[in-house]
Amino acid sequence: MFLLKLLLKNAFRHRLRTLLTMVGLVVAICAFGLLRTIVDAWYAGVEGSSSTRLVVRNSSSLTFPLPLGYAERLRAVSGVRQVSWSNWFGGIYITERNFFPQFAVDAATYLPLYAEYRLSDDERLAFLRDRQGAIVGRKLADKFGWKVGDQIPLRGTIFPGTWTFTLRGIWDGAEAKTDESQLLFHWQYLNESLRARYRGSADQVGVLILGIDAPDDAALVSQRVDTLFANSVAETLTETEAAFQLGFVAMSEAILVAVQAVSLIIVVIIMAVMANTMTMTARERLAEYATLKALGFSPGFVVRLLFGESLLIAAIGGVAGLALTLPLAAAFRAAVGTLFPVFQVSTLTMALQLAAALGVGAVAAAWPAWRMSRIDIVDGLRHVA
Amino acid sequence: MAQLPLAYIARNLWVRRVTTLLTAGGMALVVYVFATVLMMSEGIRATLVATGQPDNLMLLRKGAGAEINSGIARADAAILATLPGIATDAQGRALVSAEPVVLISLPKRSNGKPSNVTVRGTSDIGAQLRPTVKIVEGRMFRPGTAEIVVGQATAKGFRGVEIGQQLRFAGRDWHVVGRFEAGGSGFDSEVWGDAEQMLQAFRRGAFSVVLLRLADASLFEAAKARIEADPRLTVEAKPEVQFYAEQSEALATFIRILGLALAIIFSIGAVVGAMITMFAAVAQRIGEIGTLRALGFRRGAVLTAFLAESLLLAALGGLAGLAAASAMQAVNISTTNFQTFSELAFRFVLTPRIALQSMLFALAMGVVGGFIPAWRAARMQIVACLRAA
Repeated sequence: MFLLKLLLKNAFRHRLRTLLTMVGLVVAICAFGLLRTIVDAWYAGVEGSSSTRLVVRNSSSLTFPLPLGYAERLRAVSGVRQVSWSNWFGGIYITERNFFPQFAVDAATYLPLYAEYRLSDDERLAFLRDRQGAIVGRKLADKFGWKVGDQIPLRGTIFPGTWTFTLRGIWDGAEAKTDESQLLFHWQYLNESLRARYRGSADQVGVLILGIDAPDDAALVSQRVDTLFANSVAETLTETEAAFQLGFVAMSEAILVAVQAVSLIIVVIIMAVMANTMTMTARERLAEYATLKALGFSPGFVVRLLFGESLLIAAIGGVAGLALTLPLAAAFRAAVGTLFPVFQVSTLTMALQLAAALGVGAVAAAWPAWRMSRIDIVDGLRHVA
Repeated sequence: MAQLPLAYIARNLWVRRVTTLLTAGGMALVVYVFATVLMMSEGIRATLVATGQPDNLMLLRKGAGAEINSGIARADAAILATLPGIATDAQGRALVSAEPVVLISLPKRSNGKPSNVTVRGTSDIGAQLRPTVKIVEGRMFRPGTAEIVVGQATAKGFRGVEIGQQLRFAGRDWHVVGRFEAGGSGFDSEVWGDAEQMLQAFRRGAFSVVLLRLADASLFEAAKARIEADPRLTVEAKPEVQFYAEQSEALATFIRILGLALAIIFSIGAVVGAMITMFAAVAQRIGEIGTLRALGFRRGAVLTAFLAESLLLAALGGLAGLAAASAMQAVNISTTNFQTFSELAFRFVLTPRIALQSMLFALAMGVVGGFIPAWRAARMQIVACLRAA
């Protein structure tokens, strides 16, 4: 108790310096947390994927479609419970800046597969009845202030023209990690328009989505599917939904690695600032430490003093930084809107933030503490700060 | 008004070496991040801008933002080939190339994960339209065969594309017969083969884009007006340079915004570090400050001296950070450009402008961090200082 009091008094002897150090710490710990959250958000698609869904795509690349006829043949594959399909639409809502994913889906089979999209029965029926209808996630609807019944015009990039959909429903995610930033509309509507315009490109789907009975059979079913279509016009590549989403993450890996490197650099910078503070503190109190030693306190006590002070400052800064991260993350989520479908500070991130703060505190005190423990008493007493 | 000598200022930093090193180190890291981010975004821009030729005209379907979204039917491509003002080569052939562009996924060399590579069907005229492209190993593909040549960055970044190997896509085996380089432009990240073969293999009835060279860049407006006035065509014409500059926009902007936001957050930490250092310097030298003032140095001189010290500290950090950043120029980086959905390799490019911006950024940190302590030093009472010492 006495020691803690002494530490507090010591830490705030130089009020301005300690406050500045803490500000630096708060900013760094906060930035560290936000960066980790951004990296997590990148993997959100993987987190939100289900182990009972497989994605079948053209083996050449995702940009090649598959024939619609594959769906019927896939239903006969053992282990497959349900078959649905979707097409990436890639339309633009007003400007390119309002990016959000849009999929043309076979609604009757797609919605049961994605049970985590909670839609009221009335809205689901209204959507299924309206060929030009669309449903969106809650977050997306909030961003643009859409209400059920609104008209949503999208300018096609892959499928030319302006497409207008009527909003028939807004889904809520069953969990926090569920994607609520997509727009889904009827694949049949897209297909009919294509058939009327270009005969050749109709009856094509982007990916086929399979619901399987047992997650353990994923590899087996994938193999069956790929063998079924080997040497055909469009060979397939089947993988679990998580692997499919990871493929997207891997594409921007270079950026992710940079972001992760940067969050480490932050910690190093704040270490330098903190170490600087502790070095100064130690230098100024040379005479005091020498006095303590002359009074018979052990070198270990002096070391404890320095470490305690450093860890105390680090802990206060770390906790404050942590407390600030949550509102900042909320503000960031509001600012970027639909860019990251899920943006949440995980418990692991919080733990790492505290660990980083305390680590910085410990490292910063190491060198001054070592120097002080070895200080010659006579030299110390002579020293004038 | 007498000024304090620079040697005095510099020596003060030297006396407290460890503190100077730590503070300058923190600043150096901030400047390093700041500079590398700008270099990255500049590198993406430079790569894609170098890809286009000023007198080339790119024709895509209206509303298609990228080559893979575009489609130009055979009949339309034939109409476009008859535009007036198209340049001809030595044999008198019009310099027009209708090209299918598709993506295939190949495993990356670094981690084996698949990433998308642009495959372009072209011809010897297509190669003429892009003078930067040179075969550096092996030979060019023969027209009408299933031979392909790969770009430098693709050869370096992906597995299974060495000369003599076969790539399997679109239900056929394609022989890799050559490696080309395109002077650090976007073509380095592509694979080229014969246009007609590709159309057949991918079962496409339409080309993706048409590229042509105008006899003179000034003919562009006339050509554009003609294309837009033709009711048979739903095509938009862009100078090739502009098209590729637009392709780089989203990624470059994203990296710049992310990076600058980071650099600004970091700089708070570095400024705090500088402030702590300068406050300590002032506190330790109260006696000196009093003596200087008693000797007749004005408040302004003391303020300038301390501010100069902080600026010197920042300049040291800035130079160190910039030196580290300039070492990044040797690094190649490759990521997916989300506008084209395919892999793009680029380098970190350091321009004098970026160097200047980084140094100014460092000095700004020095001013912000140093001004309050310097102000405090200048405001002290002479008597109080001498007494405290």
